[in-house]
Order: sequence, then structure tokens, then C-alpha cells
Amino acid sequence: MTMAETPASPEVTSAAPRRRSTATDVALVAAFAALIAACTVIGGVPVGGAGVDITLQTFGVLLAGCVLGAARGFLAVVVYLVLGAIGLPVFAGHTGGLSAFTGVSAGYLWSFPVAALLAGFLVQYVFRARRTRAAFVFVAAMAGTALNHACGIVGMKLYLDSTWEQAIKFDAPFWVGDIVKALLVAIVAAEVHRAFPRLLGR
Amino acid sequence: MARIELDSASVTAPGADGDLTILEPTTRTLTEQRIGVIGANGSGKSTLVRLLNGLVSPSTGRVLVDGLDVARQGAAVRRRVGFCFTDPAAQLVMPTCVEDVELSLRRSVRDAGERRRRALEVLDRYGLAAQADLSVHSLSGGQRQLLALAGVLATGPSVLIADEPTTLLDLANTRRVADVLFGLEQQLVLVTHDLELVRRCERVLVVERARVRYDGPADAAVADYLSTVPG
Amino acid sequence: MNPAYLFGVYQPGTTVLHRAWVGAKVGALAVFSLAVVLVRSMPASFGFLAIAVLAAAVARVDLRLLVRSLRPVLVVAVIFAALQWLLYGPVKAAETLVDLLALALAAIVVSSTTPVNAMLDALIRWIRPLRRVGVDPERVALTVGLAIQALPGTVALAIETRDAARARGVRHPRAFLSPFVIRVVARAHETGDALHARGIGDD
Repeated sequence: MTMAETPASPEVTSAAPRRRSTATDVALVAAFAALIAACTVIGGVPVGGAGVDITLQTFGVLLAGCVLGAARGFLAVVVYLVLGAIGLPVFAGHTGGLSAFTGVSAGYLWSFPVAALLAGFLVQYVFRARRTRAAFVFVAAMAGTALNHACGIVGMKLYLDSTWEQAIKFDAPFWVGDIVKALLVAIVAAEVHRAFPRLLGR
Repeated sequence: MARIELDSASVTAPGADGDLTILEPTTRTLTEQRIGVIGANGSGKSTLVRLLNGLVSPSTGRVLVDGLDVARQGAAVRRRVGFCFTDPAAQLVMPTCVEDVELSLRRSVRDAGERRRRALEVLDRYGLAAQADLSVHSLSGGQRQLLALAGVLATGPSVLIADEPTTLLDLANTRRVADVLFGLEQQLVLVTHDLELVRRCERVLVVERARVRYDGPADAAVADYLSTVPG
Repeated sequence: MNPAYLFGVYQPGTTVLHRAWVGAKVGALAVFSLAVVLVRSMPASFGFLAIAVLAAAVARVDLRLLVRSLRPVLVVAVIFAALQWLLYGPVKAAETLVDLLALALAAIVVSSTTPVNAMLDALIRWIRPLRRVGVDPERVALTVGLAIQALPGTVALAIETRDAARARGVRHPRAFLSPFVIRVVARAHETGDALHARGIGDD
């Protein structure tokens, strides 16, 4: 089969064998840092018919892990946090700066890179070829979500000086939205891996 | 002039039903100063020129630039072969014009003051001196492409590959960019859909269905290409 | 996307805090935050808030910016304070509210008096010792710079893809998220090629 039978499209060029280069890794890490920022600042997305709006920040974080794998996903989230820390308005509510790192929900924020790392590790090294199937990516995304919530609970316990039980109760309502977001991550990441089969290849 | 050699170089990619041939084995020696490459979208011409500086590796065969193997001595080849892309937005990576040119000079000029002086010189040469400290987002499309060219030419490559550099530009900007390209002392490999531009090349390759179907003087090549286009 | 978007919360000025060394400001904020979290007493909480308010006054932080930046923090703080009032009574609730306010205010003071570039330069300087464990500060600077460059374009791409999905009458977020993410990945490959062609990553 030659190129003549395939429709002309940008995918043709991206199918060409390219060497895995550090330049592409740098570009992907930067692009996903910007993607997490975009997901956070474009605001609520209506989910289903319930009329519940969610921000897509954790969607972006877990997606970075599930699409880029452990190392690059971790770095993309770190770069995103750096963008916010140096004062760009990339955090929820169009704010930036260091206040997000010292607030009551700081535990969630600090755990983002590790959550992406864990989800990325599972997709890259445990599920490997099965990463094009949403069910497997969902398991990885849920592992990241659980870690994120655990750290969030620890953070709230420290900041609010509450008991573990109370901190867990404060955290509980956020689970619903985060399970929906993990589902979205799974669907989207599986599609991206089908479109770019070499993204995590070696 | 540099000497570019393709020695039965082919490119294949794994597809859903077996391997896709993106470029059939191609053997050519390119030594002319201005070389044009024309052909339909998806014909393989972008892949052909991407072979020349190692953005794509040959699946079989070899590609040599001045005797250097592109696959094995990639870094040395890329110092000789500059590459300019279609969309300037994808290749401008620093916030201001002068910083973007400085990025190219980072490795060859260690001293920061000297690097800035050289970058400003390069901008001046391409008529962008007044824009030096402006954001790359504030430039017009033509200025952006000139800046992308300046960034590539700053390091003094002996070959410039330009992959449809004028496709996104209006007529006036196409002329400005073309004047820069055809005013270069360096060897130029130009991929384009602009048949007016390609007539200014000494040698033109017509690529169709993953192979070079014609190779010769510009007028004959354009006639050959037009004969393949229905209607 | 409005380019003003990229200026973030920094406000130009010439106050003592604007001219102070970035390292000192960030270091002080870290110590302050730790103290607020560790010291649990009502008088101390008001003391911390007084310090933060004083700093904001010295830095002449714009009131509108202050309100805009504090709003999300304040919403969360009020919710938690209300919960604590129910659970532990008013004293504990007030302490929590005052603590969270002091933390947010102090952080805003640092961010609003330090330009993005100065923060970035300081960060690159601080990670220089990490060179020994394989971190290349120049590559970090390039990556962060690239991400900043990509911000407005990526936000525009997200909005464009969302509008395209809406124009076709598709409400499910998946219909716009997949094309959006695929376009981001494709564009990153183009940028990677351009960087690669310029010899970046060869060293």
C-alpha cells in the first residue's frame, strides 16, 4: 500500500517514523502544562444532564500522566504548578501565585505531580498495549484520583486541625466529580493512544 | 555548495494492514544551489526533505550531507542543515523576537552580551530590528515567518530546507519571504505549491505516490506536474 | 485571548517589597505559612493576619486585585469555617477563617510584587545545584518558557474546539475534549520537530 491510497491529511506526516527526541519530549511536557492550565481556566463543563459544573483541573493532571507516561506526565504537572507559582493566573478561578500552595486545599495541589506519576506508571508499564482500551486507563486514572484524595485529606487535617474522620467527610463530596473526570480521562487518553500509537512506544 | 546524497533511502511506517510506504527507495545526488520539490499533498515530499536533516530516519539506505551520515551524525548534520517549517507559530518558542534568535545562538556563542549583539545583527539583516523586544505574538504572519527564518539562518547553516514556507502567507508577504530565500548564498531546498516560485529553481523534483517521478529543469518539471493533475 | 491574561497577578510598583530580593520574599512566605499552620491559638492567628495586612498595605496591593484573588480562597475558607462552627463551635471556626485569610493575603503580597520573569529567573538559579542529579536548568527554563508561550494558543484552541462541538449540537464533553487533546499532541510534535531542527536536544 502506498501513500496514494491514503487520504492526504496531517496524520500521514505524524505516522512517519520519527526518532524519539528530547526536543519532542520538551515540547510535549510544555504543551501538557499549558493544557492543564487551559482545562482549569476555561471553567466549568456541564456533565450529563444533572447540571453539575466541574473544573477540569484534575482531568488535565491525570490526562498528562495517562497520555505522556510516568516521567513526562510528572514533569508536565510540575511545570504547570511552576506557572502558577510564578504568578500566572492558571489556577481555579483565574488566580495564580503562591496562595494556592498554602491554602486549605494545598494537599490536593501538592499531590498532583505524584498522582500523574502513578497513573502514568500504570498505563506505561503495567497496562502497556492495553492503553488503547478505556477500561484499563480508567483503573490507572482512579489510582491517581485515590492518591490525590488521600493527600488532600492529610492537607485538610493539618490546616484545619480537625480529626481524620472530619477531614474524610470534607473530602467525600468531591469524589463524584472526580470519578466522572477519571472516566473522561480514560476515554480521551485511549483515543489519543489510538491516534498516536508511538507516544509511549520505545 | 553542499553535497546531499540519498542512497536508496526509503521510509516505511507500520500501518493497520502491514507497512505503509511513505517514500520508495530513492537515489539522488543534489549539488545545485536552488532545488525545488513539488507534488500533491501526502505525496511524500515533506518526508523526503525531512530525511535531509534527520527529522525522519530512513528505513533502508543512507542519507549523507557532505559525507556525514544523517542517521549517525545527526547533531553535526543539523549544524549544517537549517529547516524552516510552514507554520511559524510552531517554530517560534521564546517570548520576544531577540530571545528567539538568541536561542539558536545558545550553543555557538557562550557569552550572553555577545549573543544579544549577534542576535540584534541578525534581526537587522532581515528588517526586524524595530521588533527586537516585541512579543512574537504581536508580529504579522509575514514577519513571523521572516523571524523563523532569521532564527534558523542565525547559526550560518550551509543548506536551508524550507517546507512550504509561504503557504500560509498573503501575496505581499510571500514575495518578501521569497526574496530572502532566493537572495541566500546558501543551498536552498524548497518544498512549495507555488509554481511561480519553483520556476526560480535550477533543478526541480516532482514527487508523486511516494516516489520521485521527474527530476530536471524547472519548466519541464512544472509541465510534468501539471500533466498529473486532473482537470 | 487577551494578552493581558499573561500578566497574571503582578502589579508594577516601587515599594520596598517590590525591590526586595525574590529569595527573601519566597523564604519569608514559607516560614510564615509554616508558622500559621503550626501555631494554634486565637491571639496568634490575629497577629498573623495583622502582619499580612501590614505587608499588603506596604506593597500597596490594588484592592480589586485583592478581591479577585481572594474570592476563590475566601469561598473555600467560609465553607470550612461554617462546617467547623457546627462541629467545634465559633472559636475554632473564627481561628480557621483568620488563619486561611492570613495565608492567602501573604501569598498574594509576594506574587503581586514579583514579576513573572524575576520569579522564573530565581527559580532557575535555585535549581542550579540540581545539575549534579541530572537536572539541566537551561532545559527547565526552555520548557517553562515554551509552556508560557503555549498558554494563550492552548486556551484559544480549547475554546475553539468547544465552540465547534456546540455548533454541531454536541453537548457531551468527550466530543470536544478528544479533538482538543489530539490537536495539542499534534502541535507539540510540530514544535518538537522545529526545536530538533534548530539543534535543541542534540546536546
